[in-house]
Amino acid sequence: MSDLTKNLRERAYRIRRFALRMGEVQGQGYIGQALGWADVLAVAYGHALNYRPAEPEWEGRDRFLLSHGHYAIAFYAALIEGGIIQESELETYGSDDSRLPMSGMATYTPGMEMSGGSLGQGLPIAVGMALGLRQKKNPAFVYVSMSDGELDEGSVWEAAMGAAHHRLSNLVCLVDINNQQADGPSSKVLGFEPLADKWAAFGWDVQRVDGNDLPAVLKAFGNARDLAEAKPRVILFDTLMGKGVPFLEQREKNHFIRVDPPEWQQALQILDDSWSAAKQTEGALA
Amino acid sequence: MNTVVAEKKKPRLTTSAMIASIASEGQRVKAAPFGKALVELGAQRPEVVGMTADLAKYTDLHLFAQAYPERFHQMGMAEQLLLAAAGGMAKEGLVPFATTYAVFGTRRAYDFIHQVIAEENLNVKMCFALPGLTTGYGPSHQATEDIAMMRGIPGLTIVDPCDALDIEQAVPQIAAHKGPVYMRLLRGNVPLVLDEYDYKFELGKARMLRDGNDVLVISSGFMTMRALEVAQDLAADNVGVAVLHCPTIKPLDEAAIVEAVRYKHRLVVVAENHSVIGGLGESVASALLRHRVQPAGFELAGLPDAFLDAGALPTLHERYGISREALANRIRKWLG
Repeated sequence: MSDLTKNLRERAYRIRRFALRMGEVQGQGYIGQALGWADVLAVAYGHALNYRPAEPEWEGRDRFLLSHGHYAIAFYAALIEGGIIQESELETYGSDDSRLPMSGMATYTPGMEMSGGSLGQGLPIAVGMALGLRQKKNPAFVYVSMSDGELDEGSVWEAAMGAAHHRLSNLVCLVDINNQQADGPSSKVLGFEPLADKWAAFGWDVQRVDGNDLPAVLKAFGNARDLAEAKPRVILFDTLMGKGVPFLEQREKNHFIRVDPPEWQQALQILDDSWSAAKQTEGALA
Repeated sequence: MNTVVAEKKKPRLTTSAMIASIASEGQRVKAAPFGKALVELGAQRPEVVGMTADLAKYTDLHLFAQAYPERFHQMGMAEQLLLAAAGGMAKEGLVPFATTYAVFGTRRAYDFIHQVIAEENLNVKMCFALPGLTTGYGPSHQATEDIAMMRGIPGLTIVDPCDALDIEQAVPQIAAHKGPVYMRLLRGNVPLVLDEYDYKFELGKARMLRDGNDVLVISSGFMTMRALEVAQDLAADNVGVAVLHCPTIKPLDEAAIVEAVRYKHRLVVVAENHSVIGGLGESVASALLRHRVQPAGFELAGLPDAFLDAGALPTLHERYGISREALANRIRKWLG
């Protein structure tokens, strides 16, 4: 395992930990999604994105749009890991006057590029930002983080056409396919397959990878960035909700996973134990 | 054998829905005041960009596109994309002027205006054509409730210009304003009226265009032009009509309205090219009540709360009481 991969694994572990601690603060939260999306966020904020932690509005930064606002718990964890907000602030998650509201909003949180939550808005905003960056001759990239449920929204496909039409090679869309939305499995609510073919037909470069296979995630981000073709890029990540905490992975799958009060500490303990075990294995192998 | 000849002899229809001008015959007009003003502004402000949803030609934005092709962005017939992308542009420090028809912009993309643009106070200028009853195509194209919808959005500035002068002066001012603006756009050959009234557009301000002792018409959009015409007609009957033009609907110049109503015992008529529900009329009524000002009478000369007919504009303006003659008759009736 490369040093980079080791480093990103550790970051993913810490992102999961921060998210669980925020979940415990409120006794609830979209923790299943946070655990599932942690590896993608670790690669984004640990490697792929250009940003300056002390200067979140730095003009040269890559823009990262959290379209699915309810993933805020995961995203704040990534911002803490990335050094953009302080770890101590996670205690305020979802409380009155906190900079970390339950659903992500641009005006509240440093490093939050958009107010998400009304689903299907991130990608069309990103089209405008990518066009704007191009016009300003700014080489930064725009990343959009969205979920499979959002694919139901027509605006996503308006934006998909627009991005391809304008050949937005500075646009990377990241789709979390955990196959869960409010009323059940996404494939049952409004079938979206064959998803890779759809995006390809819309004129996008498409990759589909296991979003919890960290080296695969890392490679996909690299491919998206390095592609020479003048077209927008999408990475479809199949993820497992609750990833890293087996009893949550196995819990009845739902948009909003139920977690009982003692279970937050149990989940943290499981995460810590498996991380220690992984490190010991690594040590033994080394 | 004579079918072709017979068809040629058919008289041209004079009540066609294709008649889409609000200018009366022989009236002075200016062509494409919005497009020309935006081209001029673009020369001074390189951050101004034009965006549209397949309606550049029909919103006079094509002039900007021709002048600055690299600053014009075609979004296709996709209003949600148009307005969200305009928000994205504004996030990058550009000042997008986004155009479409008012029905499509407000009704189809409302949440995108609300959440993407207004909630973050982004600097997007939405200039939507065919406001109110300015097309005979029927409700699919008639934006008779756009002000009601847009007024509900916090922090959004709303402008309803009367004529070509209003539009060309409003363009640089709404660009200079920091924050989202919705302007109801008159396109094509737009009447020129206000140059005769020593008038200047000032964002956020109402302006008394003429005084009169019997009736005060408070108006916006092209209904100010109608009110001025009606004032002339009623002067012949010795009825004095004052006209207070309120091109900024939000924030409303309540001070000017209260001032105009408070000191003279007049019938107040609010004339607007919009449904009587949720437009200028109800805004004025609310302002007067809150300021405890009671006019001699209060009437709404707006469009009815109904899905309006298709047809020729002159017919429809007559039918719904916003033509020169119909407005004059309504006021005469209210005066009793």
